[in-house]
Amino acid sequence: MDLSLSTRTVGDRTVVEVGGEIDVYTAPKLREQLVELVNDGSYHLVVDMERVDFLDSTGLGVLVGGLKRVRAHEGSLRLVCNQERILKIFRITGLTKVFPIHTTVEDAVNATD
Amino acid sequence: MATVELRFSAQPEHVRTARLVAAAVARRAGVEEAVLDEVRLAVGEACSRAVGLHRSNGITAPVRVVLIEEEKLFSIEVGDELPGPAGAPADAVPGIEAVLDPDIEGEDEMGLAVISGLVDDVEVTSGEAGGTIRMTWPVARVSALPQS
Repeated sequence: MDLSLSTRTVGDRTVVEVGGEIDVYTAPKLREQLVELVNDGSYHLVVDMERVDFLDSTGLGVLVGGLKRVRAHEGSLRLVCNQERILKIFRITGLTKVFPIHTTVEDAVNATD
Repeated sequence: MATVELRFSAQPEHVRTARLVAAAVARRAGVEEAVLDEVRLAVGEACSRAVGLHRSNGITAPVRVVLIEEEKLFSIEVGDELPGPAGAPADAVPGIEAVLDPDIEGEDEMGLAVISGLVDDVEVTSGEAGGTIRMTWPVARVSALPQS
């Protein structure tokens, strides 16, 4: 299964909806999308991962790279994920301490902390 | 002892195939359903790492995956052909600090960390012929017999 990406703007946030498998083959597409958004001035990103079937460390690396980019502009990168098998990967790598992870897009969009 | 062996050119698009094959063989070997996600992720990480090593070092040889079914164990060996000093300690698992270091791009740093976090029985070796990651899982039940 390939990666699907779509973006929409909600207030001052940009929601990136990701679907499919994020791995060593597809992660560069996600990286390009995040880089493009930051280059275009979108510094508050919400990555919705509810439709992601598979995520590996390459995908984590891309998300960390995105976080570093938005932080350079005092921005934010929030994740939306309820899937235990995806959350587990964030947990074992310690990244739950790095990314704010929300249960709904609405929560992520309205979060200010 | 039954084995399935897979060799693939060091191309990122083939890593998914390796994951699918590994998960299918693991299921057939009797690895619990709940553990199959871990098998899929771990073999993907090991293959991604091997692909990266081959590509960044200009190695044209294929990446090797051996799936070994034993009576009470299921093992996966992922081998690269990047020569390392024989008997050298395995690559240090990069810590999260390294990943978050703003000076490091951080992508590709976490593969071994994920494997170590997922798999209890993992052995990373390096020798003149290349490196190998061997991961082993218990098999909870005897292999399912084909339904007739």
